[in-house]
Amino acid sequence: MSAPPSWNDLQVGAAPPAYVDGPMTLTDIVRYQGASGDLNPLHHDPGYAQAAGYSGPFAVGMRQAGVLAAQAGRWLGHANVRRFRVRFQEQAWPGDVLVYEMRVTGKREEGGERLVDLELTCTRQGGGVHLRGTATYAVPDRSGA
Amino acid sequence: MSTETTAGTEPAALVGRAGAPFPVRIEHGKVAEFARAVGLDPAELAGSDGEPVPPATFLTTARLWSGPANDPWTGAGRNRSRVLHGEQEFVFHGRCPRVGETLTATSRIESVFEKSGRRGGTLRFSVTVTEFRDAAGTLVAEARSTGIETSRAATG
Repeated sequence: MSAPPSWNDLQVGAAPPAYVDGPMTLTDIVRYQGASGDLNPLHHDPGYAQAAGYSGPFAVGMRQAGVLAAQAGRWLGHANVRRFRVRFQEQAWPGDVLVYEMRVTGKREEGGERLVDLELTCTRQGGGVHLRGTATYAVPDRSGA
Repeated sequence: MSTETTAGTEPAALVGRAGAPFPVRIEHGKVAEFARAVGLDPAELAGSDGEPVPPATFLTTARLWSGPANDPWTGAGRNRSRVLHGEQEFVFHGRCPRVGETLTATSRIESVFEKSGRRGGTLRFSVTVTEFRDAAGTLVAEARSTGIETSRAATG
């Protein structure tokens, strides 16, 4: 994994390029469900989803939360995560192209660690916000301070 | 589908209910499988020990180690098809779980509260926390899940 940016160099408002992924397939959903152990049939069984009042299977929010965390970890270091939180908003559906974005909202020092606070979103391209989240990463300062 | 809900159960009767502790083994193969499912190449997760660092939401896989005796909602009368996942949080106390270690997880119902739904009816929110402790008993991580129980299926 490439080294994360140095704490001193990360300013409020800093953001990596948006990560655009999709269109989401039922296979993406099934692969996540198998990996996570959440085999709720609402997300892959059309008959079950329709009987429950939905037009068909819809995305597992935790998959997109995982993609968001994966992208934040790529940027600031997977092992540096201290807190990661998401709120599930409008549902996402197979066929959606999803846009993952994040930016620095604050920097602070706590418990001897240099922390960076983020806000994160996953948006359906051409639609609304699917997930909104916040996260905190401990990012070493490599400038020697 | 069943229309059973916990609506008639007082929150005080639910808060504090805990499941039996259960072991969660952090395994290389499961971390690699999960990494691929969230768009990562396991090779890019290699940490200082050469093993992949579990991604931030990996502890959601703890469910694979959990049975009815470990679930604080067992016997609480909650209908899973009426529960939507509203929020999810992971907190790490200074370090991430490591491949090769076994954590001990305990889940309990932390809070229950109600709000009026936008389309009428009452929504019952509940927060379930799972604590993960290492072999020394130190709290390593917490996973906090907010469920929203609806009186009818939400339409997408």
